[in-house]
Amino acid sequence: MPQHEQVLERLMTHLERLAPPDSNLRPDVDMVSELGLDSVKVMDLMLDAEDEFDISVPLNVLADIRTPNQLAQAINKLLESR
Amino acid sequence: MSLFDKFQSLSDARHALIQQEPSPIGTRIDEVLSPTEGRVDGRSVILAGTNNYLGLTFDPDCIATAHDALDREGTGTTGSRMANGSYASHTRLEEELARFFARPSAVVFSTGYVANLGLIGTLAGADDVIVLDADCHASIYDACRLTGADIIRFRHNDASDLEKRLRRLGERTANTLIVVEGIYSMLGDQAPLREIVAVKRRHGGYLLVDEAHSLGVLGAHGRGLAEAEGVEADVDFVVGTFSKSLGAIGGFASSHHPQLDMIRYASRPYIFTASPSPATIASVRTALQIVHSRGELRQRLWANAERLYHGLARLGFELGPEPGPVVATLLGSPQQGVAFWHGLLDRGVYVNLVLPPATPGGQALMRISVSAAHDIAQIDQIIDAFAALKPMLDRHGSE
Repeated sequence: MPQHEQVLERLMTHLERLAPPDSNLRPDVDMVSELGLDSVKVMDLMLDAEDEFDISVPLNVLADIRTPNQLAQAINKLLESR
Repeated sequence: MSLFDKFQSLSDARHALIQQEPSPIGTRIDEVLSPTEGRVDGRSVILAGTNNYLGLTFDPDCIATAHDALDREGTGTTGSRMANGSYASHTRLEEELARFFARPSAVVFSTGYVANLGLIGTLAGADDVIVLDADCHASIYDACRLTGADIIRFRHNDASDLEKRLRRLGERTANTLIVVEGIYSMLGDQAPLREIVAVKRRHGGYLLVDEAHSLGVLGAHGRGLAEAEGVEADVDFVVGTFSKSLGAIGGFASSHHPQLDMIRYASRPYIFTASPSPATIASVRTALQIVHSRGELRQRLWANAERLYHGLARLGFELGPEPGPVVATLLGSPQQGVAFWHGLLDRGVYVNLVLPPATPGGQALMRISVSAAHDIAQIDQIIDAFAALKPMLDRHGSE
C-alpha cells in the first residue's frame, strides 16, 4: 500500500496537468480559491486519482477537502479501510 | 460581513456577462400564445426552449378537464396529503400511472424535483451507497445530500466505469442504488441502459432511472428509455415529471417493489409539502391518456428533432451526440453564447442559453427543445437563424 508521501506525489503530478501554468503548487495550496480550479477540473483530478489507486472517493468525503494534502490523507484512509 | 456578501461574486459575474436586456438568464416571456409561439421583449418568437415535447400545454382535452376540475374542486388543495388527505383524483392518477408503467404502485409528488428528493432522499440512508452518473440533474445531487449515504459518481454514460465502481464496493452493492437518466437534459444524449442493466445484473444493486426527459418521448407506449431498450423488468424505480411531455407540473415515482408505498410515511418531501392542485392533476391524467393513445405525437416530435439536428449538423455546428427532444449546440465562450442568444432572439427564436459550470467541457451551450407542435416552417426558421449567425462563431474561432 502506498504511503502518504507517495500518494501526494502522484496527486501533485496530476494537479500539475490541470492547474494553470506557473501555478504555485504546494501540498497545502487551496485548489479552488488559490489555483482557481472549477468543479469540472476538481472532478477530473478525482477521476485520475481514483483510477490510479483503484478506489472511489465519495462526494461526501470530498466536501471537506481543499488541498492536495487533505486529498492524499483521504485517499490513504480509504486504502487502509479496504 | 452581511448575509448577502456571498452573492457579490455572482452579481459581478452576471453584470460582466449580461449587459443587454432581455437577459438570457431567467428571460421574461411576456405572452405565451401557443405551445410554440410567444412574445419576448416586444418580439414574436418561436418557443424552442420550453421542454414542451408533445405540445400538450394547449391541448383542448387537457384544458377542458383542468377547467372542469377547477370548477368542481377549486383552485388548490391547501395542504399536504398526509395531513389534509388526498383528493380522489390524486389516488386515481397514481393508479393510472401504475397501470401505465405496468407496475403495482406509483406515488405522486408536487414537482419532479421533489420526486427525486422524496424517493432517493428516503430510500438511501447512512450505511447505504448511491452510485450516480456524473451528469445527473441537480435534483438527484440534492436528493443524495439528504441521505447521509456514500455518494459515488461514475463517468457520464460509461458503463465500464460504473462496473469498476460497483466492483470496488464488493458486498456493499446489496444496499447500493444506481441512478441514471433516460435522456440527459443538457446534451440530450441517452443512457446506455442495456449495458448499465448488464452491469447491475453482474454486481447487484438497485437501479433508478429518471425518465424526466424521456417520458412520452421514447418507447412504443411512451414509457421512456427503459421501455425502448426492453429492460423495464431490471429497472427497480422510475422517476419522472409532469412538467415536460405531460405539459403541467408535478412528479412521480413508480416501482415493482411493493414497499414503495411505505415511502409516503417516511418521505419528508412527500409529507411536508402541499399536494398538486385539482386542475393540474386533471390535465395530467388526460395527458397520460394522450401519451398512451396518440403515438403520432411521438412520431412528429422525432421527425422534428431529426430535421433540426441534421440541419444544424450540415451547417457545421458542434452538437450533442445524437438527435432527440433536446438539441444542444456547443458555442465556445460565455460571451459568444450571450451574443448568439441575442442574435437568435432578434431573428424570432427563443432557446435556452446554458453557461459553465453547468455545461460539459466548460463551453456555453445553446439548448433547443423540440416539440411535436412545431411545424416544419418553424423548424426551418430555427435552422435559418442559426445559419445566419454561424459567421459570428467562425470569426471568433479564427481569431
